[in-house]
Amino acid sequence: MAEKKPLIKEFTKGLIAENPVLRLVLGTCPTLAVSTSVTGAIGMGVAASIVLICSNIVISALRKIIPGKVRIPAYIVIIASFVTIVQMLVKAYAPAIDESLGVYLPLIVVNCIILGRAEAFAGKNSVIASAFDGMGMGVGFTGALLAMALIREFFGTGSIAGIRIIQEAWPIDPMIIFILPPGGFFAFGILIAVANKIAESKGKPKAELHGCESCPMAANCSLIKAPGEDNVKEATVK
Amino acid sequence: MSVIKKLTVSASPHVRSPQTSTGIMLDVIIALVPALIASVVIFGYKALLVTVVCVISAVLAEYLSRKVMKRHQTIGDLSAVVTGLLLAFNLPSEIPLWIAALGSVIAIVVVKQMFGGIGQNFVNPAIAARIILLVSFPTAMANWATDSKFVMTSATPLASLKAGEVTEDLPSLLDMFLGRHGGSLGEVCALALLIGGIYLIARKVISPVIPLVFVGTVAAAMFIAGKGDLEFVAYEILSGGLLLGAIFMATDYTTSPVSFKGKIIFAIGCGLITSLIRIFGSLPEGVSFSIILMNIFVPHIEKLTTAKPFGTPKRDKKAEKAAKKEKKEAAKA
Repeated sequence: MAEKKPLIKEFTKGLIAENPVLRLVLGTCPTLAVSTSVTGAIGMGVAASIVLICSNIVISALRKIIPGKVRIPAYIVIIASFVTIVQMLVKAYAPAIDESLGVYLPLIVVNCIILGRAEAFAGKNSVIASAFDGMGMGVGFTGALLAMALIREFFGTGSIAGIRIIQEAWPIDPMIIFILPPGGFFAFGILIAVANKIAESKGKPKAELHGCESCPMAANCSLIKAPGEDNVKEATVK
Repeated sequence: MSVIKKLTVSASPHVRSPQTSTGIMLDVIIALVPALIASVVIFGYKALLVTVVCVISAVLAEYLSRKVMKRHQTIGDLSAVVTGLLLAFNLPSEIPLWIAALGSVIAIVVVKQMFGGIGQNFVNPAIAARIILLVSFPTAMANWATDSKFVMTSATPLASLKAGEVTEDLPSLLDMFLGRHGGSLGEVCALALLIGGIYLIARKVISPVIPLVFVGTVAAAMFIAGKGDLEFVAYEILSGGLLLGAIFMATDYTTSPVSFKGKIIFAIGCGLITSLIRIFGSLPEGVSFSIILMNIFVPHIEKLTTAKPFGTPKRDKKAEKAAKKEKKEAAKA
């Protein structure tokens, strides 16, 4: 990550090519859990995005102060602070969303997208680049959640964002399985396939492993040396 | 020239069987015909309508999905027809036709073609589709109402049996055997299913191991659950989808073990899960769930029961144990 990419690229990569949910397969748990309704998905996506952007900025700003050995606890403290702020705001101004998200709102603390971006990006890049990365990943996460929620809520209950599309009088019933876990996995699989297809048609390589250099085994890993020698050296020196 | 041709050894396989996928599927279709006739006699033209819709949409789904995926056409092997027939046999006669068609599309596209087509599906397509429909449309899938003169609209025998004993409002055992009771299209007539099963066994399309052990396990479990009441056992065997599942669905080549030992483990598992769901579960019937669960276990069963190649030495268990002990002691030291 040494060379400078244009900022807009840091933003757009999160949309499809490195979409956190569909290409990196991170944050699967909240994705499957809250994507049964469109309103819940938007609430979750926005809340996680705010935390992601703020924590990315702060972690990136403090990256030279935080000692490498205790970086994970430090990141978690920063992320947890922002989650608490967001949780209090949601409780105060949107109690309905708080109720529908339930335990998944405080659980953003352990959302692997946020910690993953802190590890793989914010810990090594400038504040502005990290902010754009956070925005891109946040929009990508929200978009994936929204796409899943649209599929699941429409086919599962016949409505979108609580508005009935399939009327009672029609001879067609919604398929309840879509709002149950199996339907969630089904929609998830289909969306991953679609995202892979789009990314491949644009000539992007298959989902690359991100944050590999931050893996504790990086020094002895044979895989890591293949894509770019520079990255590895930098990572091991750090 | 002809002598040289005779002397040339081609690449393996050298022993060829006249059996083909198409031939086997044709045999299964022939074996399903008695049950189809029985269901039309019992439930009227609607049974035929549901079956035709299921078969046509299954074949169409197979044709289109192969075309979209740019793979060679496989509708000629008739496996889609069998899947359509089996799915129809798992549906009630009053099912809305669009649900029946949707079920066929799920079975063929999602369960079969997305995993690579014939021989690649990890669970039985017809059963998976039935379960998806059952979870998605619980009211339509349990609507046993019918205008047939043979069957009274009532709960299926299994729902009445759930209480755990034979009650007055059950049909007689002869009616159960001939199929004069509520239920899915293909599962009601035990006689027709047995005729089909005997045909398949006689033609060596299926081995009798899985059906016999499957039904036997359920019978044994029900004998215990019914505290030795043989009439209760008979009702349990004749009702629900047990015979249909044991004869036609649990014996699917792709999703059942190859070895004799594996088949027995597979069938006992099916029987146990079926009995447990019937006795303790909240749903009246468990045949489809038991088969799909055991389908998922099949790769592991195969691994456990791989045949020992001819000529390899016997496993010396004593020596193995001693070696293990030694290793442990070495690790301790």
